[in-house]
Amino acid sequence: MSLLNIQDLKVSFTTPEGEVNAVNGLNLSLNEGETLAVVGESGSGKSQTAFATMGLLAKNGRATGTINFDGQNLLGMSTKALNKVRSQQIGMIFQDPMTSLNPYLRISEQMAEVLTLHKGMSKRDAITESVKMLDAVRIPDARNRITNYPHEFSGGMRQRIMIAMSLLCRPRLLIADEPTTALDVTVQAQIMQLLGDIRREFGTAIILITHDLGVVAGFCDRTLVLYGGQVMEEGQTETVFANPTHPYTLGLLQAVPRLDREEVELATIAGEPPDMSRLPAGCPFSPRCAVAMDRCATQRPALETLEAGHRRACHKPIAEVA
Amino acid sequence: MFPNRTTVEDIENAAALAEVQGRSLWASARARFMRNKAAVVSLIVLILVAAFALFGGFFAQWERDFVDFSLMGRNAHLGVPSFETGHYFGTDNSGRDLFARTVQGTGISLMVGIVGAMVAVLVGTLYGATAGYFGGRVDGIMMRIVDVLMSIPFMFVLILMLVIFGRSILMLFIGIGLISWLDMARIARGQTLTIKNKEFVEVAVATGVHPLRIILRHIIPNLLGIVVVYATLLVPNMIIFESFISFLGLGVQEPNTSLGALISEGAGTMQYGTLWQLLFPLFFFVLTIFAFFFVGDGLRDALDPKDR
Amino acid sequence: MSTILSVKDLSVTFDIRRPGAWPWTPADKLHAVNEVSFDLAAGECLGIVGESGSGKSTLARAIVGTVPSSGGQIMFEGGDLANMSSAERRVHRRDVQMIFQDPLAALNPRMTVGEIIAEPLITHEPNTPRAEVKKRVAELMERVGLLPNLINRYPHEFSGGQCQRIGIARALILKPKLLICDEPVSALDVSVQAQVVNLLMGLQRDFGLSLIFIAHDLSVVKHISDRIMVLYLGRTMEHADAHALTTQPEHPYTQALISSVPIPDPVLEKARSRPILEGELPSPLAPPSGCVFRTRCVKAVASCANERPIMTDIGHHHYVACPYHTPKQVLETA
Repeated sequence: MSLLNIQDLKVSFTTPEGEVNAVNGLNLSLNEGETLAVVGESGSGKSQTAFATMGLLAKNGRATGTINFDGQNLLGMSTKALNKVRSQQIGMIFQDPMTSLNPYLRISEQMAEVLTLHKGMSKRDAITESVKMLDAVRIPDARNRITNYPHEFSGGMRQRIMIAMSLLCRPRLLIADEPTTALDVTVQAQIMQLLGDIRREFGTAIILITHDLGVVAGFCDRTLVLYGGQVMEEGQTETVFANPTHPYTLGLLQAVPRLDREEVELATIAGEPPDMSRLPAGCPFSPRCAVAMDRCATQRPALETLEAGHRRACHKPIAEVA
Repeated sequence: MFPNRTTVEDIENAAALAEVQGRSLWASARARFMRNKAAVVSLIVLILVAAFALFGGFFAQWERDFVDFSLMGRNAHLGVPSFETGHYFGTDNSGRDLFARTVQGTGISLMVGIVGAMVAVLVGTLYGATAGYFGGRVDGIMMRIVDVLMSIPFMFVLILMLVIFGRSILMLFIGIGLISWLDMARIARGQTLTIKNKEFVEVAVATGVHPLRIILRHIIPNLLGIVVVYATLLVPNMIIFESFISFLGLGVQEPNTSLGALISEGAGTMQYGTLWQLLFPLFFFVLTIFAFFFVGDGLRDALDPKDR
Repeated sequence: MSTILSVKDLSVTFDIRRPGAWPWTPADKLHAVNEVSFDLAAGECLGIVGESGSGKSTLARAIVGTVPSSGGQIMFEGGDLANMSSAERRVHRRDVQMIFQDPLAALNPRMTVGEIIAEPLITHEPNTPRAEVKKRVAELMERVGLLPNLINRYPHEFSGGQCQRIGIARALILKPKLLICDEPVSALDVSVQAQVVNLLMGLQRDFGLSLIFIAHDLSVVKHISDRIMVLYLGRTMEHADAHALTTQPEHPYTQALISSVPIPDPVLEKARSRPILEGELPSPLAPPSGCVFRTRCVKAVASCANERPIMTDIGHHHYVACPYHTPKQVLETA
């Protein structure tokens, strides 16, 4: 069943230097219990998509299109209605565990607040439930440590606490925005394993926003590749990695050094990440594309379906992409 | 002759590879400042007030210390501001032209404020930056000196000095100079500590750049934002401070005058109905202070540390 | 191959004052780097890998000289950098340069790019005529992939990747012998990372540089390094040839580290058995006795708490600090 369906999402920001188009026509769909990776570099619009979904856009930002969650359009919802959806239906984990928690409140207060607000629980019940959730994310000695302050935990632990907080109301969808980027690689492995356990235990659908292709490969069912606020390629993770059909996806996969391979020189993608206030009329990747044709700069390629669930937006025939 | 193809191409190539001018952070800040209407208007007001202080004397019909004895005793009726008598702002209770006196007073008040701020900037910034950069015991000793000086009640000392050594503009400048640099030194030191930990300072140290050059080239230019804002907000404080001293009767000596002294006199003669004596200097005083505050605010927004 | 840098038992200790303590209480000691030794051959690239608290950044700064060392020697060009007067040290500063993780923060926002790159030259060769300075700056800008006509731009007008190139140009203008790179690509996008890594490798060849490359991303380190050293809580765990260390790691920590690195290959990832390193990093202020890794080590036994393991050469210059080391192929290599 389709849980989340985003159609033609456009997000733009008004700045003194002009209009910045962070997201330019994004289509995305997610089923119950599925994991989707949204892969992109800086300026790809991946974080802004998440913020638009949660209603967390900055004051100078505007979102148009439809974000259909379980039949309701999240865009244009009143704050009151949106508050019901947030935390109860959709949870979010942010990148920096150091700043996501209020340093002046105890963990018990921050977690209990979620439950007393959304589920109307009493403070005592809320804390009991919170301790259970902290156990589930494997915080040692949760019963005693729940009264600690955030600075008394390590980075990895704080991220676990964030995950626990976002799961308190058993949301059906969890959006994780670069959850492990700021963590050591061994801690990252622990957190990714935890997310896998949560998905199995609670059946939560997870959108993982990241730039790390290794993390995507080990965790997500489907992958969506973004560039310049538009979808470049989308499909089952195995298919996208084994047979990339878009020059950008191919370029990304070749540019990442692999521990299990000996490479003499890394294949690079020429140029710099795009300036979001001055995108070309056509394909946003065309200035850097090694196989770009004339029409790429002026005509925007449509997102076409190749086979079951595998889509891409490119003018170049597949055979000539590599 | 017609330029041949190669020359045209050469010219085009040269133009294409001509060095592009960079847009420094000061330029961006200036653009942001200009967008702030209140700040720009206040800046114009300040320029006008300064022009008034500098050139107002040319428009005065009367000398500033000329006592018009013919008005003695009839000031309330004949000393009113008017264009015919040439006393644009009226006269004070001694019969002196208030316009000329206000011009003089504004000039002296502005000078006191600006000199005080300049001393603070020069002495305080260098002192604070050096203390902050070297850290350790040097920093400790230097800042303890500042702490001790700050804890001395300056109003008291200044009044004592003025009473003992006599009132003069020089005494006033010395007194104001002695206190104005202390706060700035603290602020400069705090900012220096922040800047010192930034990577580009570490790079300079690793490259072997001489500490003096690091302070002058790396630390102080990055301090200037905060320093400029604080200095702009220091000027009105200096003016208020001097006005207070003058209001007490201990400021500049006759025949020199400042806005504070004028206000003091004007307040004293209010009950005789000669309100213009108070209102004109008060107007300039308030206008100047407000304008400085708005400009200072505008500068602070324009030099927002977020962009550092 | 001649040895250009020889670090012997280097230690860096910081005094941490507990906030609110009386001024006479002795400070706690943080042993950021603890008796680390290694040799670097001319033209070689040594990769240093470790997680937070491993001391790798502190080690870099001790070698460059922005942090004082508390013990040991740094033998470079016949002199001991760790125990030199600052005047003597200054002479060597032109031969040891560093590039940093945050490309924009490493550049003075009030100086133009040209001034930034020229500064080391002006510091060490102050009599160079201005035209010559400008020429060298422009040459270097081209070499690192920047258009020379941007010489009067300010750092905030460049992207992250370009800022890193500026930092590299500045580090190379004096033609140093040793370049230390402290997480130079961690803050960059993937596509830009590859550009900068390739650039560094090319420059290493052309300039005959010796490189110390510090990162937490083992994949990048392996790609660029000839040898790799693994640090944990300020101590060396393993030190070997890059290929040998990644294909046949001996130390339990190295094995755990390699098994934690995700590979961008879904089929491989799902097939891998990934023993996850459990537990938390101990506080660097109170490191475990004996072997510092024992609290999280799957092979730990009681005796690990008593004796600190010594770095032993197990052949082919492969050094391990663990009496229970066994080679384990953690990865399926292509």
